[in-house]
Amino acid sequence: MAITLLVLMWISVTVYALLAGADFGAGAWDLLSGRTGPGARRRALIEHSIGPVWEANHVWLIFVLVLMWTAFPPLFAAVSSTLYIPLTLVALGVIARGSAFAFRKAVTELWQQRIFGAAFAFSSLVTPFFLGAIAGGVASGRVPPGLARGDVVTSWLNPTSVLCGALAVLAGMYLAAVYLTADARRTGQPELAAEFRWRALVIGVVTGLVAAAGLIVVHSDAPRLWAGLSGRALPLVALSGAAGVASLALLAVRRYLLVRVTAALAVAAVLWGWGAAQYPHLLAAAPGLTVAQAAAGRATLQATLISAGVGIALLAPSLAWLFLLFQRGRPVSPPASSSPAEP
Amino acid sequence: MAGIAAAKTLTALYLSTGTGGSQTADPVAARSQMGFSLGWHIILACLGVGLPGLVLFAEWRGWRTGDPWYQLLARRWAKALGVLFAVGAVSGTILSFEMGVLWAGLMDHYGSVIGLPFSIEGFAFFIEAIFLGIYLYGWDRLSPRVHLLSGVPIVVAGILSAFFVVTANSWMNSPRGFKIVNGRLTGVDPWAAMFNPATGPETTHMILAAFMVTGFLVASVYAVAMLRGRTDRYHRLGLLIPLTFGVIMTPIQIVVGDWAARYVGSEQPLKLAAMEGLNASGRHVPESIGGYYAGGQLHWALKIPDGLSLLVHLSPNGYVTGLQSAPPDNRPGLITLIHLSFDTMVGIGFALLLLGAWLALAWWRTRTIPPSIWFLRATAVSGIAAVMAMEAGWIVTEVGRQPWIVYGVLRVANAVNPAPGLSWGLVAVVTVYALLTVVTVYVLRRLARNRPVPDAPQESDVTGYKVV
Ligand code: HDD
Ligand code: HEM
Ligand code: HEM
Repeated sequence: MAITLLVLMWISVTVYALLAGADFGAGAWDLLSGRTGPGARRRALIEHSIGPVWEANHVWLIFVLVLMWTAFPPLFAAVSSTLYIPLTLVALGVIARGSAFAFRKAVTELWQQRIFGAAFAFSSLVTPFFLGAIAGGVASGRVPPGLARGDVVTSWLNPTSVLCGALAVLAGMYLAAVYLTADARRTGQPELAAEFRWRALVIGVVTGLVAAAGLIVVHSDAPRLWAGLSGRALPLVALSGAAGVASLALLAVRRYLLVRVTAALAVAAVLWGWGAAQYPHLLAAAPGLTVAQAAAGRATLQATLISAGVGIALLAPSLAWLFLLFQRGRPVSPPASSSPAEP
Repeated sequence: MAGIAAAKTLTALYLSTGTGGSQTADPVAARSQMGFSLGWHIILACLGVGLPGLVLFAEWRGWRTGDPWYQLLARRWAKALGVLFAVGAVSGTILSFEMGVLWAGLMDHYGSVIGLPFSIEGFAFFIEAIFLGIYLYGWDRLSPRVHLLSGVPIVVAGILSAFFVVTANSWMNSPRGFKIVNGRLTGVDPWAAMFNPATGPETTHMILAAFMVTGFLVASVYAVAMLRGRTDRYHRLGLLIPLTFGVIMTPIQIVVGDWAARYVGSEQPLKLAAMEGLNASGRHVPESIGGYYAGGQLHWALKIPDGLSLLVHLSPNGYVTGLQSAPPDNRPGLITLIHLSFDTMVGIGFALLLLGAWLALAWWRTRTIPPSIWFLRATAVSGIAAVMAMEAGWIVTEVGRQPWIVYGVLRVANAVNPAPGLSWGLVAVVTVYALLTVVTVYVLRRLARNRPVPDAPQESDVTGYKVV
């Protein structure tokens, strides 16, 4: 049962990375969309694409947290007590991003939209960086079991964390560019699709290069992780690389829907590669914490599984409706920021 | 380098001289941060529980009667709901982080006992967020009937999430569903933990409080507008619908509050003693209103003879436990705060009951809102008052439980994250929330101002008002 819940938790991590990660990436593109006039079309597309779904996408993170503290309490306690600084920063980043996005839609004056837009975009960069840094701290074995046993600063300010933070930002931007390319075409804006295709290609190459260079960092900074990645997890690492190359090729030949799949696969394979590399250890730092040691008692696991089963049965159709409703082609309404007065 | 080393040595020295055992960090900062962020979140959460029902009601009436006033009201409320929900959701996220960042000790030991309702709540949030997306963004895409139906899950999930999250709190008040044998946790039964003796009164009281807060708060917005001379049908409806909703909840809430007090009397006698500022146990205990507690007794309080004994046991001879019955380090502190918070909550509860009686009387006689300016003034402050009652109630519950985080089982000092520097988190959170408060209020006011309500709305005014 513990394994099932672990898998469930890791699926939530993956979905969060693929959906919310792309929302963060879209926010970063918002920042790089250029001056108000020419950038307005891009911003409108971004807003149109993430508006209806970001709140639902965000809940996957809540899931990860509650599943972790219910099913693996010592893991949650160790991670959140040692890494409390980046976690607090992530929480504040989430607040800034979500509220700024909602506020930007609600106000009508240009200068206000600019301020909220800047807050939205800036927090879209910072938040995934710290999430990646947290992952890097755990993956490189800097979080020992127990309460605040790790160094509260170097556990997230270290080579692996910086690498993972950068990768989280880049991967999000890459996914966002890929999704937005298809969205732009679907909503009948071929010029925008071409623009985002270019962005996807460039950022895809950059992400791939950083990831490859990152292997060197991992090799020297986190030898245990390296051993796992180059051992048991090697097939997944290879899969990620192959999917990454394939996505670039598909983008080049403009297969925008298929590339969604391969791009997502490239990112997901990294996450599962990390998981496979350190399994059965949840925390690698001495004395280590394995799945069996961290798991809650039988009754708790059972109750959590039952509620998860019922929950998923309710969720799946609702989620399907949400995505279907908003994936059906619809022209983007005129960009809000180009008409500072009343629309 | 030397500087860092010196700072670390100093920190270590500071930690080793800290109170209460191991490497005590900063429970005061942690408690302040928790109380502050919860106190903030709960206001938004109340609106998240109550507002969808109001929006749906207005939409349903508008659809049924074709009345554009109702239709416009529904759209404008829905737009505000979209903003409020987003802010409520993100302010709730930080709480999930704080459960570990601040209370790592609690989650380490009892995460497996208390986690289940939070997990279920996660699903409720999810449903809520999904259907909110469908409801808001589908406003002009779905047929009226389907659209109305798509709003129902928001209402249900909102109430359920309030229920589940409050069961976690009720477990902290009445911990059940586990055993401690030789210092080890065994026999965990998360269902028994969830349905503990506090669950019934606490969840009911909270959900009703959310309805009251929403009702009176929304009504007060329109009362202010009417005081400024905007007495058209739009503003009258905007006042009447939420006010009626709040007014209906009030008497029920008072009865449930009595239930909650009886529960406290039987399960957490020291909390009741703190609520009443009662030092010595005994029979024929009076009910004390107001005053302050110092030097082991309550000063300047209004006393109703035998009142407390009667309230708790329905008999003037009823025995009530006082603070003295426990050793000093097991008693709650801040007795004056707890006592006055309790009086504030109860006082506001009865004041709102009077407001409701006034409305009911006028409606029964003349089918109108009472024409008095004082009625509008009272309604204008009723929203803030309901929020104050709700916050005061939480202060009673949380501060009255001290020094325990889990009543009788785990002390706050042993639950806090021992990492150094938590107080910086408090500074950051307070700063961000202060900013968030200002901006939220500003944006909500803009929403209302930028699109003035037309004098006689036409079809185009309604459909032209975009919810998202
Ligand atoms: C609109 C808000 C509101 C109003 C009018 C009242 N309450 Fe309340 N009260 C709350 C909102 C609230 C609350 C914020 O929702 C609390 C905090 C924890 C809880 O479950 O409900 C609460 C807690 C609370 C507790 C503590 C429960 C515990 O510690 O477990 C008691 C004894 C009462 N209330 C009693 C009353 C009485 C006798 C009222 C009669 C007028 C009353 N309340 C009105
Ligand atoms: C399900 C809901 C809630 C849970 C699980 C919860 C949990 C906690 C925890 C873990 C603490 C820290 C330990 C302690 O001081 O006892 C705390 C303290 C506190 N909470 Fe709550 N809480 C809830 C609701 C609320 C709400 C809605 C408020 C609103 C005002 C609130 C106000 C406070 C305050 C003021 C403190 C500090 C108490 C003190 O230090 O004296 N709580 N709560
Ligand atoms: C320790 C206590 C609490 C935690 C950890 C917590 C956690 C959360 C989280 C993570 C969210 C965001 C969900 C999303 O993304 O949609 C949220 C929203 C919400 N919370 Fe809380 N919460 C707490 C206390 C409360 C209390 C006491 C209530 C009681 C009414 C409540 C009611 C709600 C509701 C209705 C929402 C939906 C969002 C909204 O309407 O604004 N929460 N909470």
